[in-house]
Amino acid sequence: MREVAVVAFAQSKSMRREPDRNEVEILIPVIRELREKTGLGIEEIDFICSGSSDYLAGQSFAFVSGLDAVGAWPPVSESHVEMDGAWALYEAWVKIQMGYADVAMVYGFGKPSMGDLPETLALQLDPYVVTPLWPDAISIAALQARLCIEKGVTSERQMAEVAARDRKNALANPYAQVKGEFEVAKLLAEPYLANPLRKHDCSPISDGASAIIIASEKRAKQLAKRPAWIRGFTHICEPQDLGVRDLTRSRSTEIAAEKAGVKKDKIDVAEIYGPFTHQEILVEKALGIGGKTQVNPSGGALAGNPMMAAGLTRIGEAARRIWDGGADRAVAHATSGPCLQQNLICVLEGN
Amino acid sequence: MAERCGIVGIGQTRHQAARKDVSMAGLIREAAEKALADAELTWKDIDAVVIGKAPDMFEGVMMPELFLNDAIGGAYKPMLRVHTAGSVGGSTGIVAASLVQAGIHDRVLTVAFEKQSESNAMWALSISLPFSVAVVAGAGGFFAPLVRGYMRRSGAPEDTGIRVALKDRKNALKNPNAHLQIPDIDFDKIASSPMLWDPIRYLETCPSSDGACALVMAKESLADKAPRKPAWIHATEMRSEPTMFSGRDAVIPRATLDNAKNLYKKAGITNPRKEIDCAEIYVPFSWFEPMWMEGMLIAEKNEGWKMTYEGATAMDGDFPVNMSGGVLSSNPIGASGLLRFAEAAMQVRGQAGEHQVDGAKKALGHAYGGGSQYFSTWIVGSQKP
Repeated sequence: MREVAVVAFAQSKSMRREPDRNEVEILIPVIRELREKTGLGIEEIDFICSGSSDYLAGQSFAFVSGLDAVGAWPPVSESHVEMDGAWALYEAWVKIQMGYADVAMVYGFGKPSMGDLPETLALQLDPYVVTPLWPDAISIAALQARLCIEKGVTSERQMAEVAARDRKNALANPYAQVKGEFEVAKLLAEPYLANPLRKHDCSPISDGASAIIIASEKRAKQLAKRPAWIRGFTHICEPQDLGVRDLTRSRSTEIAAEKAGVKKDKIDVAEIYGPFTHQEILVEKALGIGGKTQVNPSGGALAGNPMMAAGLTRIGEAARRIWDGGADRAVAHATSGPCLQQNLICVLEGN
Repeated sequence: MAERCGIVGIGQTRHQAARKDVSMAGLIREAAEKALADAELTWKDIDAVVIGKAPDMFEGVMMPELFLNDAIGGAYKPMLRVHTAGSVGGSTGIVAASLVQAGIHDRVLTVAFEKQSESNAMWALSISLPFSVAVVAGAGGFFAPLVRGYMRRSGAPEDTGIRVALKDRKNALKNPNAHLQIPDIDFDKIASSPMLWDPIRYLETCPSSDGACALVMAKESLADKAPRKPAWIHATEMRSEPTMFSGRDAVIPRATLDNAKNLYKKAGITNPRKEIDCAEIYVPFSWFEPMWMEGMLIAEKNEGWKMTYEGATAMDGDFPVNMSGGVLSSNPIGASGLLRFAEAAMQVRGQAGEHQVDGAKKALGHAYGGGSQYFSTWIVGSQKP
């Protein structure tokens, strides 16, 4: 395996609604910031990969316009996944591993405010037998949360504690959308959105984008003082059907964490993409991280959830802690699909 | 630095307008099972799955790979979903190959598909959003002016496109999987077919198809032991450029030329017309054969049409193109690129049946997409690179 590191990261503010900017306009300053941070010209970037979803944009080929944001001229070697940008980063990492590239740029973006996100996500389900019932994403997650509570995996109080913790952490994150000090008792007094989920259990709907640059050993050392070395990178997908999975644990996260070597050493920081509080708890359990690990110092997805970028942002936020010396070893997690169907784990180290 | 990668299994469905006998899951499983049978492998031999298809609105399912994954044995394995416009089938093959070439996985299954009968591609391509230029009347409306531009600059005879269509439609009669089989096809039938997007006639256009294509790729030590001889990947390359900007040559874009140069350099090819035995090129509208002969640096500038005219691209010519009948005969959009890549591999494996080019040792697979702005290509050979 080649040594590859995350060397730069930029993101837009997570916003409930970007009324004036389209996806490209949200992306342009993010890409510009990345270029300014690294001083890299387009010709120095060997490979570009992006993640986005046509159904969020309400348009076929929505990712094509992303090329305008990167200024793809002269023509670039470029690819795209219809997935969160974290998986685009994985594809770019593979390209560096095979010796095709030394420096790669990755971005993810989404503007779900243009539609009704929980309803839109119903279109991710089996189109023949499930989607026609039109179960929205919050109701599906609520079924999982109910199961977790009844099996004793978590409780409404624990879930509220996660929300309070993440929102408090987000106070230090200028890009976060939902932040502040909240009393657990007051959160628990709020009405249900979809029993047992309350509003604080759900990540907000966010427009936004993020981007990362990764590089092979020699280039990484030139581009960053303390590169965040990728020492484990893997992802696993479960079957989608809710009836064939154990929804009270995240089996695919467990497998991915094992393969990525999460438990080989202590983890100082974990950035988890939990779209719902109980899912954050399930991932934390699956990672097997101890009490000394700081979880979601950025506030996580519960503080800002720009679809198709939020997973990539977790990797960027984890890398940031390595760069500034706040952590020596960090794990970043990304998820996709209903009830944590697909999960990605990226282990970063400073040494 | 990259590990060698061999294609050890190839499968495709019978392509047709509507496969009402299968679901999307059934369709991709059919192609995957054929690829596994060809490789004499089972689901458990596969380490990772890569799925490709064109826009999700073509079926009306958001990120359908999530519900399809376990239909092709992807449960509890890594799964990636590629989408790079019309070139996606090619890009999907390249991503799958790179997982083996990087030494990450030993065997990868890749499947690309489209089930166009589930929805309406013309509609899906014609949504107009505020502040953006709408692609009116589907892909044909976008590409017709580019064809007209090529005709003007090259001085190609008006019937070049008809000749391409005639050749590809005759080739399709030799391919049992081809969607369009028109036994009584002749020049006049194409020439008198309705003009859809001037200068593109009905019979110079690709159909809408349901279909899937699957490949099994393996690292060198495993490919060496494969029951049938593998097709070896010699080089892969991709290039993209923005859809429109002042001064852009949309007819023969720079991205295709850059892509071709880099591909041949990596494959050690100096004279593509001589060194490549045959090619499967993404030709959704007949005129794109001469255009991509130039775009892939196989013909001189403005002379691509001469290859068609002189019969060089026919089955018995010196540079056969689209032996399978090409995109003009089968177009499950998301799979069309991988089908080109797969047909190139079938040629060098000698398994193309009636549309086999005798003794093909090196073949080109090609796909393009978007507004003639995404290009993905590979060179495969019967010998190791």
